[in-house]
Amino acid sequence: MNDAPGHVLIVDDNKVNRLLLTRNVEMLGHRVSVAENGRIAMDMLASDRFDILLLDIEIPEMDGFEVLEAIKSMPTLRHLPVIVTSSVEGLDHIVRCIELGAEDYIPKPVNKVLLKARVSASLERKRLQDEQKELLNRFATQEVADQLTESGFAIGGERLVATVLFCDIRDFTAISETMTPEATIDLINTYYTLMFDAVSSQGGIVSLMVSDGLMALFGAPNPLENSAQRAVTAAQDMLAMTAALNEERTAVAETPLRIGFGIATGEVVAGYTCAQHRATYTCIGKTVNLAARLEAYTKVAGCEILFDQTTCASLLDTSSTREISDVRLKGFAESVSAFTFA
Amino acid sequence: MTEDIVDTEVFAELCEAMGDDFAAELLDTFLSEAPKMLAALKTAVAEDDADGYRRAAHSIKSNAEIFGATALAGLSRQMELTSLADAPPPVADLDTMWSDTETALKALCDE
Repeated sequence: MNDAPGHVLIVDDNKVNRLLLTRNVEMLGHRVSVAENGRIAMDMLASDRFDILLLDIEIPEMDGFEVLEAIKSMPTLRHLPVIVTSSVEGLDHIVRCIELGAEDYIPKPVNKVLLKARVSASLERKRLQDEQKELLNRFATQEVADQLTESGFAIGGERLVATVLFCDIRDFTAISETMTPEATIDLINTYYTLMFDAVSSQGGIVSLMVSDGLMALFGAPNPLENSAQRAVTAAQDMLAMTAALNEERTAVAETPLRIGFGIATGEVVAGYTCAQHRATYTCIGKTVNLAARLEAYTKVAGCEILFDQTTCASLLDTSSTREISDVRLKGFAESVSAFTFA
Repeated sequence: MTEDIVDTEVFAELCEAMGDDFAAELLDTFLSEAPKMLAALKTAVAEDDADGYRRAAHSIKSNAEIFGATALAGLSRQMELTSLADAPPPVADLDTMWSDTETALKALCDE
């Protein structure tokens, strides 16, 4: 069991109880802050980060039940483990605490061994939860991670309007053949890091990474105002960052990276898809195909970005866009118009 | 007589678990806090504040248990469980009990 120190908030209005509990918890190696009533406790929870709350029931201003209710109704605090410590008479109080979401109950006077076991177990659960959240954040934005935590990966598709972005590195296989395996992975990691930054700073999520290619979604699962503009801005930011990276690469005589973007806006079917042990959030539909085909077509058209008519129509400034008409794409019966920047 | 008022085993265990210095310091805190709790209880009686009465009795009980002040804990527990409206509060008994308890606890401190 992991016994790394945690930050514990002790809420008790009685001075003797507060001193004794503080000493007990400090002897377990944890850091302690104290509050003498419910109101102060709520203020402290709002301004500092805690791993466990040790809560008395009989406290002034807001009693323990009210504090529990408030915590459980706040998305940012609802997962904070609360251990109720009280000498309140009667089983119904204990039952009520547990029903309100308290993790555990320790009767007063607090038994040292019991306290150690309860605190360690709660800290361990809190750490696992934090790690799970951290892991989710690696492939999703904070918003999506929160949604996933809340819904518990509820499977089910929805039809919505979103912007899909595809991006890949041109001739990456050829470039990588001249490099050591370490340098290849290092380069891909740099590229992914830049792409993730560009995508998330515009509110998008990276939904797929394959080799040197990447698919990002804007406006799914959560709606975004002008998802088309955001996707195009992300692509432009990424091109600017790649230019900076290329200056460094050419300075040490390495081949500069060239990347292509295909962007399309329209209706998609979105949802969490999963097999037994893996889950991912993805979009399916004609819009997704169109973005992928446009990205492939950048090589033919000799440009860095191509987007569809719907995306173009949403751009705030279209003065520098150029239309390439009558583009024939694989899988599309009719020719389409593609747009790029002049 | 002291045996009935204070269970010396409990205080010995507290010293063992928390260290002599800390236990003595904690007892000092209780000795200075207890009169405030008694005063709060009397105020609640005077103002017919049932919730305040129960809360004050609860605090005294909870602290008395820490130091093994068995008799005081028993009386304050009984007060906590009895509604102020149901029976005349045994305030005089509590005063006497506290005075005996205080003497016994101070004696523990000096040992």
